[in-house]
Amino acid sequence: MSTSFWTRFLGNPRVLLGSIWLVLVVIGALAAPLIAPLDPFAISGRPFVRPLDGFVFGTDSLGRSVWSGLVHGARTTLLIAVIATLAAVAFGGLLGALSGFYAGRVDNLLMRLTEFFQTIPSFIFAILLVAVLSPSTTSVVVAIATVSWPPIARIVRAEVMSLRSREFIQAAITLGERDGVILFRQILPNALSPLIVTGSLLVATAILTESALSFLGLGAPNFMSWGFMIGAGRSFLRDSWWLVAIPGIAILLTVLSINLVGEGLNDALNPRLRTL
Amino acid sequence: MTGSFIEAPVAGATDPVLEIRDLSVALPPWADRPLAVKSLSLTVGRGETLCVVGESGSGKSVMARSILRILPEPQLRIASGQILLDGEDLAQAEARRMRQIRGGQIAMVFQEPMVSLNPLMTVGRQIDEILEVHTDWRKAERRRRVIATFDDVRLPDPKSIVDAYPHELSGGQRQRVMIAMSLVLEPKLIVADEPTTALDVTTEAQVLTLLKDLQTKHGTALMFITHNFGVVAEIADRVAVMRFGELVEYGTVGEVLNRPQHPYTKALIDAVPSLVPRKRPVPAADLPAEPILTVRGLEKTFGRPSVGLPWLTRLLPLMGQGRRAAVKAVNKVDLDIRRGSAVALVGESGSGKSTLARCLIGLEQADAGSALVGGNEIVGMSRSAWRPLRSRVQMVFQDPFASLNPRTRVGDIIARGAILQGQSPDAAMAQAQQLLELVGLEAKAADRYPHEFSGGQRQRIGIARALAVKPDILIADEPVSALDVSVQKQVLDLLDDLRRQFGLTMLFITHDLRVAAHVCEEIVVLKSGAIVERGMTADIFANPQHEYTRTLLSSVPGRNWQLTGRRDQPQTIT
Repeated sequence: MSTSFWTRFLGNPRVLLGSIWLVLVVIGALAAPLIAPLDPFAISGRPFVRPLDGFVFGTDSLGRSVWSGLVHGARTTLLIAVIATLAAVAFGGLLGALSGFYAGRVDNLLMRLTEFFQTIPSFIFAILLVAVLSPSTTSVVVAIATVSWPPIARIVRAEVMSLRSREFIQAAITLGERDGVILFRQILPNALSPLIVTGSLLVATAILTESALSFLGLGAPNFMSWGFMIGAGRSFLRDSWWLVAIPGIAILLTVLSINLVGEGLNDALNPRLRTL
Repeated sequence: MTGSFIEAPVAGATDPVLEIRDLSVALPPWADRPLAVKSLSLTVGRGETLCVVGESGSGKSVMARSILRILPEPQLRIASGQILLDGEDLAQAEARRMRQIRGGQIAMVFQEPMVSLNPLMTVGRQIDEILEVHTDWRKAERRRRVIATFDDVRLPDPKSIVDAYPHELSGGQRQRVMIAMSLVLEPKLIVADEPTTALDVTTEAQVLTLLKDLQTKHGTALMFITHNFGVVAEIADRVAVMRFGELVEYGTVGEVLNRPQHPYTKALIDAVPSLVPRKRPVPAADLPAEPILTVRGLEKTFGRPSVGLPWLTRLLPLMGQGRRAAVKAVNKVDLDIRRGSAVALVGESGSGKSTLARCLIGLEQADAGSALVGGNEIVGMSRSAWRPLRSRVQMVFQDPFASLNPRTRVGDIIARGAILQGQSPDAAMAQAQQLLELVGLEAKAADRYPHEFSGGQRQRIGIARALAVKPDILIADEPVSALDVSVQKQVLDLLDDLRRQFGLTMLFITHDLRVAAHVCEEIVVLKSGAIVERGMTADIFANPQHEYTRTLLSSVPGRNWQLTGRRDQPQTIT
């Protein structure tokens, strides 16, 4: 079954393109000090050097290397997005699972809580959280995770509810299996596919949120990030387009790739397509 | 008719409306066989009923769909052959011509009436639409015709039902609407694909009578696809038996049912559980007759009026309106089941038989009353208090495809119950392998995943899982209703064997009186949550007291065929 999953997954040209870009970004982020030895915050040349003129992607208003910023920024952006998503999936997944499994009063309580979070405009909520917690890597992660768990909770809840009424779960109950075991060993593995798909798409949203926060100057202060680069370069847009365009394109391509891969995962994991 | 043994006299109807010649339907390359239907030839005469019988995968539905050319092309397509409707070859007809033929000349009735009707349109409008496409009548005229047709299919109060939505009708009424839909243009041929399979037995009997009457009245030819030999005996003029896309037997109903030629037909007919009630098995007499399960005044109500927030409902009276009215699914049921007996809980859908079983195994909490399992009161018992009792009562579920976790190995599925009861994992696994052999599978099946097994095999795994904790009572909830006839019989016999071997007490839930008669010597008849009749199967079959039981019994399709003649066992009553 695993071989057919991979052929189905990578056989899709869009998934292949998206995966290639993502692999490049991840390698770049991991190997940042090797491929971009210059400190992204250090003044390493004249300001406003055009791309390919001594610097691959030129320099910014203070003479910092855009290439270094891009590569080190990938690190920050990816790390924050992935950690925030994992936190959101863990929290939302747990809440959704409890809500779907115990139904009744527990469900009512947890779902009203979820709705409470869903009614607050998410980006403004994120800004507010970072402002209150004072900008730092942790507070950005907390802010992104706090605004992105509700959809996960809803999806997991729906999935758990439908699985709970399936006969194999009923059989587990009649065998005297404990609730925790039923939930984690029987229900969650079967609910994994939609969770993986939503989670992967959530990374894309997290990147956008992180970039937007950094753009507003609310990002992690001592780390270079794509959003920060765009924010810093926006006043020079007409003279030095590359300061905004290069990190902008990086965000665009990365988010697009994650979406393509997420869609591909959905197609490959979808049980109705699997039977063919 | 190449390579078949079919004799000339029975092969063709004298005045054929539909003649299928050498039809082959190709399957996509990844399927298990190249052809869904393989050079098949048959005819349906004017005013005649041809029953096409076969198990799942026999290609009977594909054949029916290819007549109307509603195959999911290009995956399935007609490879060769002719489909002649009054001499016109439908296999070659253009798409535009086919649209005129569908509904106008040939109509189809599907299995599931809820899915076949558009839930957002009134049923009257859905029939009106057909008339709008095929005729140039005015609106009032069309409406008159729709009402007349509804009257024809004996829908109560046709004038108001015209404006009803599908969800407002019962299953039987919906199927009547489907039949009305197929009749409204007076087609030459009606193709009915398992039209009564999803219906209760009493409704099924009514729909079958209706179809037969309408056919006589309008002289329509009927091709009736079914897997149920009882239905065949009830309505067929001629029968075609299909297997793996081929016609294996074809003849008049009397010939096929009473003197089947092909071994497959013989096996299929033998697999139909007999309506002749069984006698009490010998070992049961040795067992003490103490009650192992005692139920007193058990009640379960669904859809109770609002829980909490009554003040809100009072302020906004509309809020309470969406709630369902309370339904008493189980209503003051008293039941005694003696050790070693096999009791069938019989009733139609909605009679509360499944709810009663779920209360007895702790999947539902009863609202009132008492139920003693081996002396332990289970009503009001918490899930954790149930745990030690789990080894006493076990359940076999209905749907073999939903009842096994697709991501767990068969061995682990079976061994889990014993491990929970405190056995070591190794011992439990060894026992699981023994159980697999006991239920007729190989011990090495333990390492495989459920999707590698067929429905019947999965049901055997489900039975092994229930037996792994060595229960005293086995509750089987419609364990064979999702299986093919030939597999049904095997699973029923297995259950019967195991019961004798382990001295099990069995509570067998079924809607099928044949199945009940085959495995159980006692019967309890449920209607709307209450017991209307109980007793020995033989007594009840011979002399039903309650009117509902009588209706149930007389509704079993093909009852006369089975009770007279064919079976060699004498109809003894113990």
